[in-house]
Amino acid sequence: MYEISDNKQLAPGYNLLKINAPLVAARIEPGQFVVLRIDERGERIPMTVCDYDREEGIISMVVHAVGKTTKRLSILKPGEKILNVAGPLGVPSAIKKYGHVAGVCRQGTAAALYPIMRAMKEEGNRVTVVIGAKSRREIIFEEEMRAFCDRVIIKTDDGSAGSRGYAVHGLTELLKEDRADLVMAIGPTTMMKTASKIAIAHGAKVLVSLGAIMLDGTGMCGACRVTVGRKTRFACVQGPEFDGSLVDFDELKRRQRMYLKAEKISLQAFEREKETETQKTDR
Amino acid sequence: MKRKRVRQKKQHPGERIKNFDEVVIGYTEKDAVEEARRCLQCRDAGCRKGCPVEIDIPGFIKFIKEREFGLALETIKKNNYLPAVCGRVCPQEVQCEGRCILKKKQEPISIGGLERFVADYMLKRMPGQNPPIVPQVSRTGKKAAVIGSGPAGLTVAASLSELGHSVTVFEALHEPGGVLVYGIPEFRLPKKIIKKEVEYIKSLGVDIKVDVVIGKTLFIKDLFDMGFDAVFIATGAGLPKFLGIPGENLNQIYSGNEFLFRINFMKAYMFPEYDTPVNVGERVFVIGGGNVAVDCARCARRMGARVTVLYRRGRDEMPARSEEIRHAVEEGIEFRYLVSPVGFVDDGNGNVEAVKCIKMQLNDPDRTGRRRPVPVEGSEFVIEADTVIIAIGQSPNLLVSVATPDLEVSGDGVIKVDGDGRTSMKGVFAAGDITTGTATVIKAMGAGKIAARAMHEYIERKGNGRKEIAGRNRT
Repeated sequence: MYEISDNKQLAPGYNLLKINAPLVAARIEPGQFVVLRIDERGERIPMTVCDYDREEGIISMVVHAVGKTTKRLSILKPGEKILNVAGPLGVPSAIKKYGHVAGVCRQGTAAALYPIMRAMKEEGNRVTVVIGAKSRREIIFEEEMRAFCDRVIIKTDDGSAGSRGYAVHGLTELLKEDRADLVMAIGPTTMMKTASKIAIAHGAKVLVSLGAIMLDGTGMCGACRVTVGRKTRFACVQGPEFDGSLVDFDELKRRQRMYLKAEKISLQAFEREKETETQKTDR
Repeated sequence: MKRKRVRQKKQHPGERIKNFDEVVIGYTEKDAVEEARRCLQCRDAGCRKGCPVEIDIPGFIKFIKEREFGLALETIKKNNYLPAVCGRVCPQEVQCEGRCILKKKQEPISIGGLERFVADYMLKRMPGQNPPIVPQVSRTGKKAAVIGSGPAGLTVAASLSELGHSVTVFEALHEPGGVLVYGIPEFRLPKKIIKKEVEYIKSLGVDIKVDVVIGKTLFIKDLFDMGFDAVFIATGAGLPKFLGIPGENLNQIYSGNEFLFRINFMKAYMFPEYDTPVNVGERVFVIGGGNVAVDCARCARRMGARVTVLYRRGRDEMPARSEEIRHAVEEGIEFRYLVSPVGFVDDGNGNVEAVKCIKMQLNDPDRTGRRRPVPVEGSEFVIEADTVIIAIGQSPNLLVSVATPDLEVSGDGVIKVDGDGRTSMKGVFAAGDITTGTATVIKAMGAGKIAARAMHEYIERKGNGRKEIAGRNRT
């Protein structure tokens, strides 16, 4: 059992969850993830770890409440426990001296980008981060990024913070005036696809972190298979980071939608259940 | 004295395709005793020689005849810690039962059925829910780490624990059992049976830690730093093989492993009561001829699909257990032989819509002794499919070997060992599918027993030099 040590909302639908998992905290590196399961009937889902305290044995992650499992995670209270946390999984980010590293993310994925960019800075790189969001309210991790980044660019769909536009627009604007050696893109698959194209056009290397569907996270099922450079790769053990210029993003997008119907059924059943519970307590 | 083999009771095919309950219900006490009475009690028993762990088969059958079921189980447990599992999933027809003297004139003794009866009988009578767990006090003051809790890992853990060492098993998944829990469907091997067998092994003093991925969470070097005197690797063959043909990554195309992991281990057959989903369409094709292929086909059938197994060789070359093929046929599963897929067709939305196949013919035998299939030119055809399951085999798990450069492996990730399970690293042993590629539960257990003996010797010899504090245990 793994105890929740803290849970706070960062933005509507986004929570920062801290879990006591000492073995994972001792070994995890930027870019890695865990697979967790809430209870006996729960599913196994991968979650990127955005921060860790090796001494306290705590790992942090940002939960975007979209499905049943993530909604359940986002309402856990400190002191409550979840059944399983396994990790660290995946290959750590290749942290080295590139020169200028430009990070691109959208909303919740800023959390996944954060430890990588921090490590890139510590390695001696100049780092710029572009954060995209629907509006001012959905921006998270801005302060954390500003604490070490040489520059932070904010883009919002409605222009309520930074300048109007998507994160990828911000990337284009940045690369036009300031050449990057590496673009690190983490976010929705379409965004990563576009960011990769922009990076290539500007002669930068590009790495992306793929959100493939996973089960065991140790290479046993092949659910997370992605095509990279015309070869099938397993995102869980060979990724999650790959060269963005080689990834078949369209296939990934299609595979990510494989259980949309089931996910809807699961969520509806959960919400009905929650509603009945609330009615009971109201009475 | 010629008596017919007493049949184990089974669920009727029409009934069982509607549930995931066990197909074979097993012997009643009376049936078991009657079947045991057929045994001729051979002195130089062939059955025992056919058993990879050399169970005293005539010995335990004699006790069943005398209704001494406790003694019968004790006899089995001298050589096999998982009798309820082996009685169900061992390929007895090519092992013990294949060597039974009765086979020459009539049907062999149902050794598997009797083993299972004794194990189940005693499991039901175990006091309370679980046996009392012996506190983990090591008599020798020595500690052994076991990586993986499948058949080989559990066997070594139990053996070393009985020899007086303190044993910790590290399991990457959330439940112990390895392939027994993720890879063998509920209707062949119920989870509650595995759970009870694992409880028994825990009662010997074995500590099992789940969620620990060796090679990621901890490395082999860490285990030695933590004070373990020896390490046993039994991580199995769990990496799915794919065909490498066009369209293989289309949606609704599963590896056999993923399909069983979802439906069986994560209980997707009870979705949405359980969270993990699985997509099983009306028309399902399973590719492959082994036990995994047949298991997948039978799971899909239970989800209401029409199922066909496509196998590139003939019926006689199929590696799956004949009893399970028979069960599958009874359940209405179709088998098409001498057919191989060459590609998959996209429905326009990224889902599989059809399988492109080619007919095969058998040429001369290959190295495995089976006749080699070759395509028949111009015989391509297309069949419509909603779901495809690729069950053409597994290769060894790589997490430990990738993280341990000193560990010698051969191509395909098989860990190199000598006849006693010693690897290229001092104090590190291995057995089971990780050293052989995919084999059977009982073979993994047999190799595990040999490795356990070698490990014990190593630990003892090593211990003569320095004294460890008994019970010093980080866990």
